[in-house]
Order: sequence, then C-alpha cells, then structure tokens
Amino acid sequence: MKRAQLLTGLVLVALVVLTAVVAVFWTPFDPIRVVPGQRLLGPGWPHVLGTDGFGIDIASRLMVGARTVLLVGIISVGLSAVVGVPLGLLAGQAGGWVDEVVMRLADIVYAFPALLLAILLASVFGASTLTAMAAIGVATIPAFARVARAGTLEVMASDFVLAARASGTSRWGIARRHVLPNIAPLIGVQASVGFAMAILAEAALSYLGLATPRPNPTWGNMLRDAQQFLFVAPLQALWPGLAIALAVLGFNLLGDGLRDYLDPRLREVP
Amino acid sequence: MQLALRLARRAGVFLVSLLGASLLIFLVTNALPGDVAQVLLGTDATPEALAELRAQLGLDQPLAVRYLQWLGGLIVGDFGSSHLNGQPVLGLLAPRLAVTLWLVLFGVLGSLLIAVPAGMVAALKRRSWPGFTISAAAQVGMAIPVFWGGIMLVLVFAVWLHWLPANGYVPLLRDPAQWASHLVLPALTLAGVQAAVLIRYVRSAFLEVLNEDYYRTARAIGWTPMRALLRHGMRNAAISLVTVLGLQVSSVLVGAIVVESVFTLPGLGTLLITAVGQRDLLVVQGTVMFLVLAVLLISALVDLSYLLIDPRQRTAGGAR
Repeated sequence: MKRAQLLTGLVLVALVVLTAVVAVFWTPFDPIRVVPGQRLLGPGWPHVLGTDGFGIDIASRLMVGARTVLLVGIISVGLSAVVGVPLGLLAGQAGGWVDEVVMRLADIVYAFPALLLAILLASVFGASTLTAMAAIGVATIPAFARVARAGTLEVMASDFVLAARASGTSRWGIARRHVLPNIAPLIGVQASVGFAMAILAEAALSYLGLATPRPNPTWGNMLRDAQQFLFVAPLQALWPGLAIALAVLGFNLLGDGLRDYLDPRLREVP
Repeated sequence: MQLALRLARRAGVFLVSLLGASLLIFLVTNALPGDVAQVLLGTDATPEALAELRAQLGLDQPLAVRYLQWLGGLIVGDFGSSHLNGQPVLGLLAPRLAVTLWLVLFGVLGSLLIAVPAGMVAALKRRSWPGFTISAAAQVGMAIPVFWGGIMLVLVFAVWLHWLPANGYVPLLRDPAQWASHLVLPALTLAGVQAAVLIRYVRSAFLEVLNEDYYRTARAIGWTPMRALLRHGMRNAAISLVTVLGLQVSSVLVGAIVVESVFTLPGLGTLLITAVGQRDLLVVQGTVMFLVLAVLLISALVDLSYLLIDPRQRTAGGAR
C-alpha cells in the first residue's frame, strides 16, 4: 500500500519532468503563435487535445506549462530551503533568544501567504514569473525553518552529539557532521511536499494574472483563458486542471512515500 | 496568575508580529528602483509632475518618518487612500467585507460538515474500503487547485444542469434567495478544498482516541464505537481541529480571494486583484495590511481558545 503510493508518486513526478525536458527541445506545434483559422477545435488529429481560443495547440501549451512548473518549483523551493534550513539549524542549535527571534520572524512571514506577497510584489514590480517565484520562495521559508529546527532539536539531544561535544567538536563541526546528515531526509520530504505547494501556488497566481503573463503558457493562465469559453468549449478547462492535479498528487505522494521509506518513526499515524 | 501571564505574553507576540508585518509590507512597497510616484505616473512622467506627486504623497520625507506616519495612521484606523480616486481604503473595504465574510463563514462551516464525519468514518473503518476510499479522496482533493474545482462545479451545476448561477452576487437584504443561490457554488468550492486538508487531521485525532483507555472502557461497558467516539472523541478531536483551523486561517483567506475571482464576487479578493491590475499601490498596501491584521488576530484568538476547550491548559504551565 505504502509502496504503491511511493511508486505512483515517482511515476507522476517522472512524467512531469520528462514532459518538461522534451518541451525544451520539441513540441508538436508552436505553443505561442496565434492561428486565427483554427480556434477552439475539439480533440482530434493532429491536435490531440484540440486548440484554444487563439487557435494554439493545447497539448503543446501543456508541455511548455510543465517546464514553467518545474522552473518555478525548483527555484522557489531551492530559495526557501537555502534560507530556511540554515535558519532552523541556527535556532535549534543556539536555543535561547536566538531561537526566539528566528521563530518569531518565521511566524511573521508565516502570516503572509504566498498570494499576499505575490500581490505586493506584482503591484510594485509588475507580475512576472520572477515575482511569483520570489513570493512562493519567501512564503515557504518558515516551513523549512520549522522542519529543520525540530529535526535539529532531536539530533542535539542524542548521545552521539553529547560525545562529539565532549570530544571538543566545534558547533559548526557538529552541525555539518552530525545534524545536517541526520535531518537531510526530513528536508527531502519537506522539499517534495513544498514542491507540490509551489505548483498549486504558481497555478493560482498565474490564474489570477499575478505570475507569468500571456502569451507564455502556464497551466494556471491556460485555465484563465479556458474559463471564458466554458459554455462553448468546456473540455478546454479540463486538461490544464488535470495536469496540475496529477503533478501535485505526484509530489505529495512522493513526499509521503519518502517519509515512510526513509524513516518509519516519522510515520504520521497508522 | 498563570493565565494572566499567558494572556500578556500572547498579546505581546501579537503586537510584535503586527509591527514586523507592517514593516515588511512598508519595505516591499517602498523597495522600488524608483518610487511609488514613478509607478503611479509611469516612466514618461515629467519631472515636475513627479515632484508634485512626491510632495503630495509625502515621498520627499525620509523613509523612517514615512513609515512612522503610516503606522500612526494605521493605529487611528487610517489605512491610506487610493491614488486613483482618492477614496480611503477602509471605505473601499467596508462594503466588500461582508461578501468575503459570508464566503469564509460558509466555506469553513461546510468544510467541517464534510471533514468531521468523513474523518470519523475514516478512523473507524481504517482497515476496510470506506476508510481507504475517504483517505484516497482526501489525497486527491488536496491536489485539486481551488480555482479549478470552482470551474468544474460551474461546468456541472451552471453550464450543464442550469441549477445555479455561474457567477455574480446579490446582497442578502436585496433578495435572500438569490443571495443564497449565488453563494452555494463558491462556498462549496472553498469547503471542498479545505475539507480535503482537514480530513487527515480529523482522522488522526480520532485514531488517537481509539487507543485511549477511556475509549476502551466505554466499549467494554457496551457502548457502540460510534457512541463512544461521539461522547468522548469529539472534545479531543476538537483540540486538534482548532489547531489545524488556526494554521489554516491564511489558507482559507487565500482560498476565498481566489474563489472570489472565479465567481466574480465583489469581495476583498476582487478588490485586491483589481487594484493590482490598476497598480493602485496604496490600496494594495492598505488592503494587504488589513488582511494580515485579520490573520494575526484570528491566530491569537485561536491560541486563546485552547484555554476554553482544554481545561488542562488552564492549570498546567501551558504544555503545548
């Protein structure tokens, strides 16, 4: 059961990655160029999933959308991990007022959902893929910091850290040799779940027009376009949504599966 | 004494967070390569017009002074006003607040109505198909973006069945029936997505109860599993439910903002998105501040509500 979850997750994630990689080199049709004569075609051949309101092949746009999703996910999750993990480590190791200050800061940022940050950034700098990545990245820093801190606290209480301290290993040495390797699985799980959240957030932002603008396709802005044609071409609103749901499901399952696979003690409840 | 101390501490945390949040908002809106005046007037504005607007907005003052002025305004309830039409932000918010509040209220109520029974069944029948089905459905539900869920509901209930309107809003006092029919789909959308998240926690909470001695005793004296759970499980599950709802405050709010856009409800969300489109920076700044204030306030209230639900918290040093 648990194995099947992990496998399903892996397959779905691999599918998204593969699509994105292929889309870098090849798409069946031009994903950007408007073709006035072919608006709103239904599924068929050669347009497998039909065409959108601008006559552009939907399948091609979906493929390029996978690229955007991976890019936004990698950059934003990378950003929040690179900032959040050291902060959590610091808070967990130092304790006392350092811990208090870091965690209060995390609480403050936590009160800012990615959407509100993205709204602020978009109104100042104009909506773009970059503002979306920055907003999602910053908004998820607290999650990484909390996970890293909790893991660090647990490791710091262990006997081998006590031994390392007794033998005169520096704080930095303990963090590098003992804490980081031990919390790495936790971080990996958080990265996978964070990736799923980043996909959802990016989709919502581009649906609202707060991220990647037209004509560049994202799954979110494809749905924004499709909604206008809901009464004449309802199928159009199906594909991008399915793509988002499957990608998010994949990363969530992968995260949950990894959690159980790497450390059975972390299992939530039976 | 313990209680007073905890209240004071929580109030302190609230104030510090609020201060930090206001600083963050202020710094982001002032982090421009140019400044607010440049954004408002565009790149082709004349230097004279820029200077005039800067003076009008007080942008010729140092950053710290402007922050303190803005903060002072917030304290007396002045959230700034729109550059485009001079309307105060609070005046813009007030008529829209009701729409968002209705949506959030019905969304949260709906999610509880779905998640609590579903989570309970998932816990009781965890080794047979109802349990598996509910857990799988929750997993899938968590992957569905809220706006797509809304669009699909519109597709089924508005486009195909013609049962409910696809978008728009009618105030309660004008026509209660119309008001309700316009809120059904948005509230259901929000409720469904939130319920998917909640079910896991409800299930975990009830599973914990199943291992408790008092549950076994209740079963031993002949109570049915359902009766034992309802009688003893509810209060315990309520604690973790409140925790989760507290953590979900901002995600419910975000969900509401997105759902408003899907159904073009004239709430705070559509106000914000429109303001971003018009680059009405001061309205965005004021509205975001208002929403963050709401999130922080509700989180604080949720923390305090532990004291009401869990008597242990009142006496012990607050073991959380």
